[in-house]
Formats: sequence, C-alpha cells, structure tokens
Amino acid sequence: MNENILEMRNITKEFPGVKALNNVNFKVKRGEIHCLVGENGAGKSTLMKVLSGVYPHGEYKGDIVFNGEVQKFSNVRDSEKAGIAIIYQELALVPEMTVYENIYLGHEIKKGSVIDWNETIVQATKMLKKVKLDVNPETKVKNLGVGRQQLIEIAKALSKNVQLLILDEPTAALNEDDSENLLNLLKELKTQGITSIMISHKLKEVIAIADTVTVLRDGQTICSLDARKGEISENIIIKNMVGREIDNIYPKRDCKPSEETILQLKHWSAYDTSLGREILKDINIHVKKGEIVGIAGLMGAGRTELAQSIFGNPKKYKLKGELFINGEKKVFKHPSDAIRAGVAYVTEDRKGDGLILIQDIKQNISISNLKSIAKNGIINQNEEIKIANEYKASFNIKAPTIEQKVGNLSGGNQQKVSLGKWLFTKPKILILDEPTRGIDVGAKFEIYTIMNELVAQGMSIIMISSELPEVLGMSDRIYVVSEGRITGELPIEEATQEKIMELATKEG
Amino acid sequence: MKKNIREYGMYIALVFIMAVFSFMTDGLFISSRNISNLINQMGYIAVLAVGMTLVIVIRHTDLSVGYVAGFLGAVAAILLTKMEIPVFITIPVILVLGVIIGLFNGFMVAKLGIPAFVASLAGMLIFRGALLQVTEGTGTIIISNKIFNAIGNGFIPDIANLPGVHLLTLILGALAIVLYVWSELTNRRNKKKYNFDVISPGMLTAKMILVSAVISYVTWILAKYNGLSWTVVIVIAVVAVYHFITTKTVLGRHIYAVGGNPEAAQLSGINVNKITYIVFGSMGMLAALSGILYTSRLQSATTTAGALFELDAIAAAYVGGVSAAGGVGKVTGSIIGALVMASLSSGMNLMGVGISYQYIIRGMVLALAVIFDVATRKKVA
Repeated sequence: MNENILEMRNITKEFPGVKALNNVNFKVKRGEIHCLVGENGAGKSTLMKVLSGVYPHGEYKGDIVFNGEVQKFSNVRDSEKAGIAIIYQELALVPEMTVYENIYLGHEIKKGSVIDWNETIVQATKMLKKVKLDVNPETKVKNLGVGRQQLIEIAKALSKNVQLLILDEPTAALNEDDSENLLNLLKELKTQGITSIMISHKLKEVIAIADTVTVLRDGQTICSLDARKGEISENIIIKNMVGREIDNIYPKRDCKPSEETILQLKHWSAYDTSLGREILKDINIHVKKGEIVGIAGLMGAGRTELAQSIFGNPKKYKLKGELFINGEKKVFKHPSDAIRAGVAYVTEDRKGDGLILIQDIKQNISISNLKSIAKNGIINQNEEIKIANEYKASFNIKAPTIEQKVGNLSGGNQQKVSLGKWLFTKPKILILDEPTRGIDVGAKFEIYTIMNELVAQGMSIIMISSELPEVLGMSDRIYVVSEGRITGELPIEEATQEKIMELATKEG
Repeated sequence: MKKNIREYGMYIALVFIMAVFSFMTDGLFISSRNISNLINQMGYIAVLAVGMTLVIVIRHTDLSVGYVAGFLGAVAAILLTKMEIPVFITIPVILVLGVIIGLFNGFMVAKLGIPAFVASLAGMLIFRGALLQVTEGTGTIIISNKIFNAIGNGFIPDIANLPGVHLLTLILGALAIVLYVWSELTNRRNKKKYNFDVISPGMLTAKMILVSAVISYVTWILAKYNGLSWTVVIVIAVVAVYHFITTKTVLGRHIYAVGGNPEAAQLSGINVNKITYIVFGSMGMLAALSGILYTSRLQSATTTAGALFELDAIAAAYVGGVSAAGGVGKVTGSIIGALVMASLSSGMNLMGVGISYQYIIRGMVLALAVIFDVATRKKVA
C-alpha cells in the first residue's frame, strides 16, 4: 500500500480573471492529521473543493491521486463514494429533522424500497457513540448547540465509511470546551485509521494537533512542515503564511484613554420575550474616551445581546436600566437612533446580518449614512464612488474595483468593508463583535492597526471577542460576562487568560 | 461583457421577437396602428409591473392587485355615473383608496408578520367579492364621461393639422432626444470633475446615436398613426418617476438594501417596516391607476375586471429580470418584460394562433426568461 493516501499533483484552477490555484502540490500521508493553513484567499477552500468534486474533473488542471488511483470526480457523490467527506464551516444539517434522520440523509438505509427506520436508529446510535456524543438520536438538530451539531456532521461522515475527513475551520464557531472536545475526537479517529485534513486559522490548535502542516499562499504551496521532525512552530507558520515576519501580532499603542466617560450603563437588564427569560442582568459598565474595552465571556453568555441592546435593540428585548452617552440619558428605539447618537456596531455575522452580499463595495459602505451624500433625498453617486475609493485605499481592501460584489470578497476584506461602512457614520463609540473571526493573520494585523488609529483619534471601542489572546493583546480594560452578568472587571495589567476563564465560568 | 449581455438580454429578446413577428406578418406587426394598439393595451399591466417590481425586490408578492384594480375601477365608475362626481375629484379619490388598501396589506405583512403570499391571497378573494358586490345589481356599468374615457382611448391633441403625421408627438420625441443627450453629457462632465474614468468619446457617440435612433423610430411610428396616447404618457411618467426613485434616491437604495438583506438593513439603521409600508402603499396606488386605465379603456366597469392582472404583472417582472431571491430587479426591465409579453400576444393574434397555444407559448417564454436569468447569474458570480 502506498504511504500517501492522497496526492494532488500540479493542480491549477482558474476563475474568470483570477488564478485561485497555481500548480499546487499537496500530499497527505495515510493516518495522519494534516493541517492546511494560509491567509484568506490563499486557496485553501478552493483546493478542498477541487478535491471533493465541487469543481468537477475538467474544470481544473492536474491530477488527484487517491489510494493510488487517479480520480476523476464529477461531483461530490463520486468523492464520497471513494471515501472522502468534507464538512464545511456552514453546517449542512436540516434543523427540523432529527439527529438520526440527518446522519443518514442522502444515503438512507433501505429494506426493499422503503426506509428501515429501526435499523437507521440502531446504526445512528452506533455512530453517535463513535463521536462520543451523548444525545437521544430522536432529538431535533435545531435543539442542539453548534458544538454538538459539528459532531453530528462527523458522525454523518463516519456513517459513509469515510477514509479521508476534511474539516473547514471546524472550531471557528465553537467555544474552548467544544473545540478541545473536537480536537480530541480527531486524535481518536486517527487511532482508528481515519486520515483528517483540517483547515484552520487558529494556530495554537494547529500546533497541538497536526502531524503535518501545509502552508498555502496566493494559490501556491509554500511549504510542508513535519511535526515529527520538529519543524512546526507558530513563528515559522506565520512567517510562511504572510511571507514576512510579524514580530508582534498586536501592534503597540502609545496613547492612553482619557478620563472622560463616554458611555455608561446603569442597572441595565434585558428580557427576551421569545426565550421567556432574562438574558442581561443588572449590568453596570462604562467606557472612556479613547479606550478599548474588551468584553470576554463564553458563547451564549450574553455578549452579543449586550451589544445589540445598546445598539437600538433590534431584537425588541424588554429593557430596564439607564444608558448614558456623554453623560446624557438616551433611549434608542431603533438602530437608526443609536447611529444618530454616534454608536456603530460591526456585527459578529458579517454574511448574515452585517453586509448585503449581492450589492457592491460602495453601496455597502454608504448604506448607513446615505444622508450625508444626498441632497433632498437624491444621492450624489459620484461623491459615493469617491468615498468608497478612499476607504478601499486606506484600508487596503483587495478587490479590482469598488463595483465588486461584497459576496465575492474574502472574509478579511469583507470585514474591512464592514469597518468602512461604520466609520463612514462618523461614530464616537464603535462596538466590534468578534472583529477577527475567520480572518487570517495578515488581515487581523491590519484591523488591529486600524483600531489603534481610531482610538488615537479619540474614538472609543467596545470589543467583544472569544479569542483570549486578542482580548489581552488589544484591550485597555476587560469586562467578563457570564450568564448575562458582569462577573468581573480587570485592568489590563492584572488580566491573564486564567483569570478571565475563571470569571467567565463563574455562576452568574 | 457578460454583465452587459445579462443587462441587455431582454432588449435583444424584444427586438428579436418584434423582428420575427414583423417578418411572419409581412410587416403588419410593426405597422403604426398595431404598435400603438399594443402599447395602449399593455398600459394597465405595465403600471402594475412597475409596482410589483419593488414588491418582489423586498422579497414579497402581492396577489391582490388584480381584483383591487377591478374593484377600484368599478368604484370609479359608480362615482362618475351614479353619484356624478367630477372626474378630477374621482381620480385622486380612487388613487388614495388604492394607497389605503396597499397600506393595509403592508400592515398585515410588516406588523402582523403574515407571509405576503397568504395576506394578498386573502385580499384577492376579498376584493373579488367586493367587485361582484358593487356590480351585482347593475352588471356592467357603462361610463359616458368623455374625459375619463380619453385616458384609455384618447390621444394627445395636435398643434397643427398636418396630413398623416402627428406634429406634437414628433416635437416631444425630439425633446426627449435632446433631454437624453443633455443628461449623458452632464453625467460625463460630472464624472470628469471627480477625475473618474469615462467611456471614450467614440463609444459615447455610438451609444447616443443608437438610443436617439430608437426614440426617433418609435416616435415616428406613433406619429404616423394618432400620436402619443394618454395611456403612453401616463406609463412613461410612472416609469420615469419610479426609475428615478430606484436609481437615484436614498429611498430607492433603502428598498434594495431591505431586499438584499433585511437583517443587515435593519442593523444599518433602515426602518424595514417603513419601507414595507411604502412599497405596498405604492403598489396599491398603482393598482388603482391600473383600474382607472382598464375601466377607461373599456369605457365600462365589468364583473370580471382585474382577473389575472396580478399574474401578468408578476410574469412581466420576472421576464424583465427581477430576482425571486430579492434585492435585484429594475423598473425598466419589468417594462421591457411587459412589452415582451404584450408583443407575444399581439403577434400571435395577428398570425391567428389559437388561444390555447398562446398560453403555452407565453408560459414557455416565462420559463425561458427565468432560466436565462439563473444561468447568467451563476456565470457572473
């Protein structure tokens, strides 16, 4: 048997105007965990789509050799038949169906021509055991958290007798516990002979789990690093990813926040009528001018809810307490009120509720402040182009023109468009919800630099983040949220990862 | 280039269809009389298609507009004949009633959260009943008001009595060309002021000559018959206003933002409910206008007025490139869509194609248009 389960030789894939993959060579050894890293737009996802048959044979150049044979997949079904399964960042489960229905969706167990539901449940239970997930197979998927849904996806892959499992940023949406759980499962599967390819931006994870790391940059293979030879370290990976050395991922900031308080919440509570429970309880926080305040906490602790309750309360929570901006009491009935008062909110979910993907860069940048470039309700479209070009240049948004649809941009560039959109509203307070989720190191650094420039100009930033190094690296002060309460306030000098985790897991 | 093909595909299809029918009918199709009739007959669908475009853009649909048009047309007839209210009061009253009905639809969709399909299906039944109710005693209501009937049948007066040609129409056509050239040139000047790239003078001249030629030709054809009809004047006015709103104003941009991503629009400070009210209110007003055009064209209100108007309007919008996924679609596209559908009916009638085949062919064209749309969209993305 061949030592390599997979060999992709000289793969080239072109899109109109762009060479996404340029002569990529990629080898995966049997039974290893192979991590694929690279900046956004480096070609990782494209390579995996070529492998799994999303881009069928003939649409790319080069050879895929799997299990020693050249494969010509014409669709995903072919690659699955060969033993390759891919799990995307956006999970492909049907929320209204049960766990067992989902696991066998598309390859149902049949007796004659009808589905054998009893056998399905028996088999599904076995698969759930394999992924160490303790749920009733008759639960509807919509009632499970993201972490568990991820495991069900893996169970589904296992049920297809997968030999090579591909995971595209599996831990992007998971909290620390769930992430660890997942990584342990991958190691466990390795002992059972299943080879995994994982795409990830979280280098700590990569280092913890990878046997081999392949780095892609600008559609080319830069290097393959072997952990067994001790070739892997964070610095080396980053250096290869960005093509230059970044000494400090978090750029230094010279300015200090002023003493002036710009935003204050007093006894702030929120009740979610659709959930029927209180999601924010007696919150007292303040933000100073020119300060970056980090909000840390686990998923579901109420961080996004806090941001939205300040930003015009679009989900219509029942609010109690007082909100002061510049010492003035304010009531925001709609996001437009908050924008007028100088608050901006960059959402966590860029694609879902942040940007209008089918519109172009300039339309997305201007949408929240069309007033400023309009006279009598008529837009000055030349002014709009000018402003969009300014943001494109100053934020280094990588796109041919500002007429490019935002949906075609990479995550980092989309985030820069979001930032541009909100800075165009000339805010005093900028709320960033997971500002660097799913973004590569290079773009992260650029976004941190922009944040530093903004606070230097006197803007205040509230940064919600699940990445503790980021919270520690960027904040002047940190609040920790747990179960809808502020469980602690840490000046940056006293903050450590351990302290934050302790406060974040404290009963609210 | 691919983007351009997508954009101009409908225009090319329209020209192609017209050329084929002209050829098959020995030029009868392209005769002044037929073109004038064709345009006047599609007026009441065209205004509906304009409103429907915006409704579909914000991801809703309105099935009630057909019978709302029928019902309000009947109300107009009653106001004019039985209550003898002057026509210049009747028309605004009917338009306001249309807006109120539209706002009520908007209320059900935005405030109560009922899917627009269901809410407007209920409206369709209700107004069908209402139409039967008001015409029950009398049956068809004949309208004798000359001014009202002129809306659907009359032509603009001429300033001179030249044999065989309508002078005012020609003058208006010339004015339109001047206005068009002027707007292209100011646009170019403004872009230069901002140091933006502009298309080469050669390309601009070619474009201006092409568009001017089309305007000249249409004007000439109409001028050879009776000139511009009031229906055409109204449709052009409606299209011009809506085209302006959708492409140049903050309101227009907000409508497309809501269609493109309602959650993002809400978080961008746009009041999604307000936009929904405005779009449904405008739809109601245009339904009323459609009712006026249709009733006036028939010079009477009938018990079946408005049947299937909504489906013709929706079909015109889809043929014109509006996307069911929301956020995409142009008012001008929908008008071309309406013209394509009207040309098909007219051409097939001239050729003596049976009504059964006409439906089948129009259905196939609708499917083809959407297939084309989906296929080109994939390529661009």
